[in-house]
Amino acid sequence: MANFLLGRLMQSLVLLLLVSMIGFAVLHLAPGGPLAQFALTPGLTQADLARIAHEMGLDRPLPVQYWEWLTRLLEGDWGHSYRDNRPVLAVIAGRLPATLELMVSALLIAVLVGVWIGIMGAIRRYSIFDMLATIGAMIALSIPTFWFGLIVIYVFSLHLEWLPPGNRTTIGGGGGFLDYLHHLIAPAVVLALVEVAIWSRYMRASMLDVINQDFIRTARAKGLPQRTVLVHHALRNALLPMIALAGVEIPTLLGGALVTETVFTWPGMGRLLLDSLGYRDYPVVMGILMFSALLAVLGNLVADLLAASADPRIRLT
Amino acid sequence: MSTVALPATAPAARSGSRAWRRFRRHRLALFGIAAIVLLVLASIAGPWLIPFDQLHIDIRNRFAPPLVGGHLFGTDPLGRDLLVRLLMAGRISLTIGFAAMLVSTAFGTVIGISAGYYGKAIGVALMRFVDAMLCFPQIFLLLVLAAFIQPGVVTVTLIVAATSWMEVARVVQGQVRSLRERDFILAAEMLGASGRYVMFRELLPNAIGPIIVAGTLTVARAILLEAYVSFLGYGIQPPLASWGNMLNNAQQYLGSAPWLAIFPGLMITLAVTSFNFVGDGLRDALDARLDLN
Repeated sequence: MANFLLGRLMQSLVLLLLVSMIGFAVLHLAPGGPLAQFALTPGLTQADLARIAHEMGLDRPLPVQYWEWLTRLLEGDWGHSYRDNRPVLAVIAGRLPATLELMVSALLIAVLVGVWIGIMGAIRRYSIFDMLATIGAMIALSIPTFWFGLIVIYVFSLHLEWLPPGNRTTIGGGGGFLDYLHHLIAPAVVLALVEVAIWSRYMRASMLDVINQDFIRTARAKGLPQRTVLVHHALRNALLPMIALAGVEIPTLLGGALVTETVFTWPGMGRLLLDSLGYRDYPVVMGILMFSALLAVLGNLVADLLAASADPRIRLT
Repeated sequence: MSTVALPATAPAARSGSRAWRRFRRHRLALFGIAAIVLLVLASIAGPWLIPFDQLHIDIRNRFAPPLVGGHLFGTDPLGRDLLVRLLMAGRISLTIGFAAMLVSTAFGTVIGISAGYYGKAIGVALMRFVDAMLCFPQIFLLLVLAAFIQPGVVTVTLIVAATSWMEVARVVQGQVRSLRERDFILAAEMLGASGRYVMFRELLPNAIGPIIVAGTLTVARAILLEAYVSFLGYGIQPPLASWGNMLNNAQQYLGSAPWLAIFPGLMITLAVTSFNFVGDGLRDALDARLDLN
């Protein structure tokens, strides 16, 4: 286990290093690079810009600049927002809870519904339910999330008036748990749609893998009831790869959250990214980009470690 | 895979017709092909056949619901015919989908083949780079890149391709690694074939099945991605229509003119679903392992 842990940690560190290099490259792709902030300020001459570039160290070799940028990042200095001069990390932290709330609820729906559909599909392979679930999953993967959001708003908010059309709480209202929940339902379901499809496909495949193995045949041959075989023998093993899936799905989920937040005016990180893009607030944009990748690397690591602690076979590979 | 000793290359004609037979049995894939052909033909020819111009502004007939005044799908806030705009948008969205697929599949294939062929340090480095790219939410990367560029058909195509080549690279790398130690590759190397020859004349043709499948699914992804960035205002800019930017301001008219939101979304869903169905059918048809059953 110690070897496995060390290996996985090293892998994540390498990944983080590469992620930071990609981030640095994107930063320098921006028109004007890190100088963009000043390029728009009236009254600055070329000489002024050159002087600022020198003060910011932009005339030094790229590897040196990268190293400085990386060390600042590691020290928690992610720069300041152009808009209100608050530290980038504080700006992100202010928006993170709303996004996490959305992601976790969507993931919860996806796991419960997707896993159930996957199991039923695998047990009754090629049944009508399985066929419909397969086709349904493919269509669900093809529906643009933002459009699905619009349709949900149209039907459930404008026509039926069951759900609020956006925001996290009633504006001016007292809030409260039920108010939160009421606002959460529509965006969570919209974000969950794609994930339900993905989870059901993976669960079905994983369950089929397990069902065809010898120990299941043995359990059946012993005369164990079908239910015991499926729940205690098959399901427990089929669920193991799903732990890793939760880690792999983080970038997709974050990307989906961005789109969902736009449609439902949800005050999360996705909206922050879009607003910051509109204001050319590059430090915040870069911060969100790096933060989301960081989240993905850490999520992957945690998921892998959880999977390894649940399944000893993984540690040996 | 390694335990199954398949003949290295089955005669092309026979495996081709066998794959075609399997594909024909896949009804969803056939539906997908039909829908794609229909969409492409309608996008090309449709705008000529409909008696409305896509940019013709007719303020008296603005917000006409579907079927009113000869407008099959209704009109938009400027009184422009929605169907003609949908078909013109189809030209743009489908073109970007195909073009982004070609660029990203070509790039992903080169990366994947190199990584799979060279193994060791270069291969590991390349695949780690792919892993790192996949850590960023695709839509975040796309939006950030889109904010840096002058949005247009070519630039949007390029940034969509730049953020969606990784899956192809992974698929190709896996395929190449499993082919790498096969006898026909070793034989080619022993005969003194250069690395480039082995990669593109020996490995590439034998990895073409998975590449086609991944490419088809990439078209679906690319259409969705273009729709996302255009919907958010960073992609194709009006007056040029794309399915995504037609939804851009549909939200504010959701209550009064829901058809503005419904039809473009249906077009996207139809196109993307069709490509996904075809990709799925191709995967079943081209999977040589199924021949054993």
